[in-house]
Formats: sequence, C-alpha cells, structure tokens
Amino acid sequence: MGRIVYGALAPHPPHLVYAENPPQNEPRAECGWETLRWGYERLRADLAKIPYDTIVVLSPHWQTYVGTHFLGVEHFRSLSVDPVFPNLFRYHYELDVDVPLAEAICSAASDDGIVTKMMRNPDFRVDYGTIVACHLVNPSWDKPIVSISSQRSAAFYSVEVMQEHMVALGRATRRAIEASDRRVVLLASESLSHRHFVTEPPVPEDMSHEHVTNHHQYLWDMKIVEMLRSGHTRQVVEQMPEFAEQAVSEADSGALTWLIAALDFPTSRAELYGYGTVIGTGNAVIGWTPGEPRP
Amino acid sequence: MNQVAAGAEVDGEEVATAPETGVVGGALVPGLPHPLLVPERNAGWNRLRQAYEAARRDLMELKPDLMVVYSTMWPSVIGHQIVAEPEPVWVHVDELFHDLGSIPYKFRIDAAMAEQVRAAAEERGLHARTVAYHGFPIDTGSVVALKLMNPDNALPAIVLSSNVYADRAETIVFGKACRDAILAAGRRAVAVVVGTLSNRLFTDWIDPADDHVHSLKDDEWNRKILEFLGEGRLEDTAQLSREVHRQIRIPKVVSFKSMWWWSGVMGQHNRYAGKVYAYEAIHGTGGAVVGLVPSPSGVGDKEFDEEDVERYRGDRGVLT
Repeated sequence: MGRIVYGALAPHPPHLVYAENPPQNEPRAECGWETLRWGYERLRADLAKIPYDTIVVLSPHWQTYVGTHFLGVEHFRSLSVDPVFPNLFRYHYELDVDVPLAEAICSAASDDGIVTKMMRNPDFRVDYGTIVACHLVNPSWDKPIVSISSQRSAAFYSVEVMQEHMVALGRATRRAIEASDRRVVLLASESLSHRHFVTEPPVPEDMSHEHVTNHHQYLWDMKIVEMLRSGHTRQVVEQMPEFAEQAVSEADSGALTWLIAALDFPTSRAELYGYGTVIGTGNAVIGWTPGEPRP
Repeated sequence: MNQVAAGAEVDGEEVATAPETGVVGGALVPGLPHPLLVPERNAGWNRLRQAYEAARRDLMELKPDLMVVYSTMWPSVIGHQIVAEPEPVWVHVDELFHDLGSIPYKFRIDAAMAEQVRAAAEERGLHARTVAYHGFPIDTGSVVALKLMNPDNALPAIVLSSNVYADRAETIVFGKACRDAILAAGRRAVAVVVGTLSNRLFTDWIDPADDHVHSLKDDEWNRKILEFLGEGRLEDTAQLSREVHRQIRIPKVVSFKSMWWWSGVMGQHNRYAGKVYAYEAIHGTGGAVVGLVPSPSGVGDKEFDEEDVERYRGDRGVLT
C-alpha cells in the first residue's frame, strides 16, 4: 500500500536556485537569501533519511483555467527561462515523470467530479514553479515527479470555491497514492504573502535591499506560520480567503490547501525550516511527517 | 458579427491618410491559439483566422516598417519588459490548450528599437528592461499574433509585457513612451494589442461546435466595446476600461489595461477609422479582430473623465 511519507510547503522563487549556482542554471550569483536556502538544506537532510519513490508537486505557475492538468509524458529535457526574472533563471532541466501515478491521481480526481486532463504534448515546457521547488528539494533529480497544475478557480469564482476544489483534489491525491505502491513526498510550491517589489537592485542578490514589502504582509505571514507550526491547519484553511485577499497571497493558487487536505489536516507540529523574503514576498519552508494512513 | 463594422461603417472615401511617421495603424487581436492551430474545428474560429489575414492586409497597405505587440498574456513584475533577442526560435506549447498542438516559430525582432523603447520608458520615469535570452518564453498571445499578423516576418517586431501591478497612469505613460520612441526613430509602426474582450472561459471542455460567448452579459458588453471601436472611439474605450474590467473581466490582472496602452501609443483621441473584422467566441471568451487607422473623420475629442498623465512618478507607497 502506498503512502504519503512527507509533505512540505516549498516556495519557488527562482532567486533561490540562482543563489545556489547549480550547474544547470546559466546565471551566477555571489550569495543571497541564505535563511531560505539553509532551510531547504535542512529539509533535504531530513528527506535523505526517508525512503521515497516519487515527488508530487502542485505549482501556481502552471495555470490552467479549464480543469486540473497533470504531466503525462515520461521524460522532459529542455531549458526553462523565467518570464519575470530571466536574468536569474535560465535552467537546463531533465526530469522523469511518474506517469502511472499521475494517471492514477488524475483518474481519482475525475471520479470525484473534478475536471481533469493529462498533458501529453512532448514539446511542453515544464513550468518554473515545478522546477524550482523540485530542484531545491532534490537537486540530483533522481526521483520521478508528478506535476499538477493550478486550476485558477480563485480568479474565476472565489477563494472559497478554489478551496472546495483543492480539498477534493487533495483527498483524491491521497486516495490514489494509497491505492498505489508509491512512497510519496508532496510539495506545495508557493509563497505566503506575495506582493513584489517592482524594481530590482543592480545586484539582485544585494541583501541590503531585501525585506518584506510591508508590515501588514509580515503580520499575516507570521500568523499563518504560527498556525501551521502548531498544527492548526484546519484554521489556516478557514482563514485562507482573508489571507489570500489581504496579503495578496500566492495561496490563491490552492497549493497549500491541496497539501493540507492531502495530509488530512495534520494536527501535529510542523517543522519550520526557514522563513525569508524574496523581492518583498514572504516565503516559508515547512514540513510535515504524516501519521500512519487511516484504515 | 463577421466582416461587419460595429457602429458606423468606414466610408471608403474618408479612410484616413496615415501620418508620415509614428503609429500609422493598430489592431486588436485575440491571443488564444485556436484560430492558428485548429481553425477548421469551428466556423467562428475560422472567421477569426480570416479576419486576422484581412486585418494584416489592410495594415500592410499603410506601409509600416515596424510591428509593436503589447500582450496582455505576458505578465511582468519588474517594470516593463521588451523582447530584444534578434531571432528568437522555439517550439511553443500553450499551457492550457496543449492538446491543440505545438507552434514552432522564428521571429524577427528589432533589438535596436527595443532598446529605444526601454530608454524612452525610463525617460518618462518607468522601470523597463529588455530581455534577450535564448529560450525566453514568449507568451502564447504574442506567438499567435506574430504568426498570423506577420507570418513571413515581413516587419521587424518588438513585443511588450503587461505589468501585473501597473494601473492606468503607468500603462498610459508606457504607451506614450512607446510613441516617443517610434517618433524619435522616424518609424511607421502598427500597434497590435493582444487580448480578448470578455475573458471568462468555460471551465469544462466543450465540443468546438458548441462554442459561444460565456454569457449574454459578456456578449452585450463585448458588442458595446466593438461599437465604440468600430466608430474609432479608442480614447472613449480607454476611459471605460475600469468599468469593462468590473463587468466582464476575470481579475487575472489589474484592469482592462490594454486599452490604456493602445490609446497612449496611438495618440489618446477618437479620430480613427475603426473596422471590426470579426467577433467570435473562443472557448467562451470574446475574441475580436479590430483595426484602427488615424482619420480626420473620426468622432473627435470627447469629454474625458480622468486626467491625463505624462510621467510616471513611481509607487507612492499608498498601500505600505
């Protein structure tokens, strides 16, 4: 019987990959955003102790307005250039997709009434939210992934509607994993508060320029982080509409709601690996070890 | 509403003489890939495809030497971005309609003009930068527009982003900066806006034969916008932008801002000959191909509700 062995909030600012200087990325950096990068380092160390087969990631940067989509091609090799920060992220990626698990989750979601689609076009470029989060969690890329799109029901309807959809998708994800033989790590690839600065310093990694865009956002970030750390995940979901609106949060993508639902609303303390801002947005790396699957 | 001008018809004898230099004409086109990739699946998509071609022919008769594309489907955060890779080559796949097929492209970009637009934008107080990286993800809308409006790369082009945070003042100033650069370079440009009118897609898959505008409300507003544009009332349409956004736009971005840019770059008035080549649904959205040419016979200046702005003075921190 398959199971979810770990779940993490794994934000995807391309700045973090840029500052790591991996061989896959063309630009070079001197330093930058260390509190988050060191947080990811500790997350990787914890994951190294846990055997797992597949990473399942939901990314806000694969935006679909008609249904929830799943990568359905076994192997991708291409160049990802960030449309917003092309000066920082031009990443040569090569990755494998766990297509059978993707199909199983897609089928489970479809059975629950969610509009779905498998993405079968081999020329498709994998979104950078998927690539950044997966690189920071597993830079060796030695595990296949399942990549799930962000269905933008928050834009079409409301955050409440989005959450209903994402809770259902999370439950379907869990059910499909448990029906498989996979040990799976889940990643919600998103920031918390998400108001950016609209200018960039001449040296992007000049940390003397880095801070949260405003105090209001910081207060919201701390409130959400504290609730997540202390196991109040259901309250986070309940307060998500206010958070999404007032902190311009990237949680409107549904990734965090999906993760919490897939983890069955964990009440145990989460591990906060790090919090930091990136070009004004708030980001936290947080992990959960789920309990045994319910019978 | 095919091959029909919404509102006053263009009188053949009164068609404008385009200026010697500057923006000699403009077009509004939808950016979804259906008319490019699968026009045969729906009669309306095919009419849009034909409308693209008709609009292109009419614009080319103005003898332009530059195509400026402003895409609402390319969001930027760090100011305004301008494609400046001289010959971008890629095989593009839309992130939503990936099953319609791949789009190989090779475009001809006027890198020097892109730099001039950047400089002009900075001169007016904007943050702007050019992007010239192999593999930069040119958005679906720009790709579709360039493939259909400039299929043989007859015109060098530049492609502009739509800043997610920019509201009216910043967007108008960006339009004016583009106009500055075009005039300073002595170019004859056509300004192409990529975007739908109403942008609500059906949230489920449909039989292409059943495609229609999502709601009667969306359809009525679309027709009102086309009535204005068909009469050449670009500035009036721009003044309606906030209301259009409230009424028929899914809030993916701030405001129906493309009309602000278009009016800014074309001169902020209503003296145009407008032509609606086609108006059809694309998966529920309102897709129209519209042409505008400066004309002494246009409606003329109207009473503007909002003040003009010449220079962007930055984020005044009202939210922080």
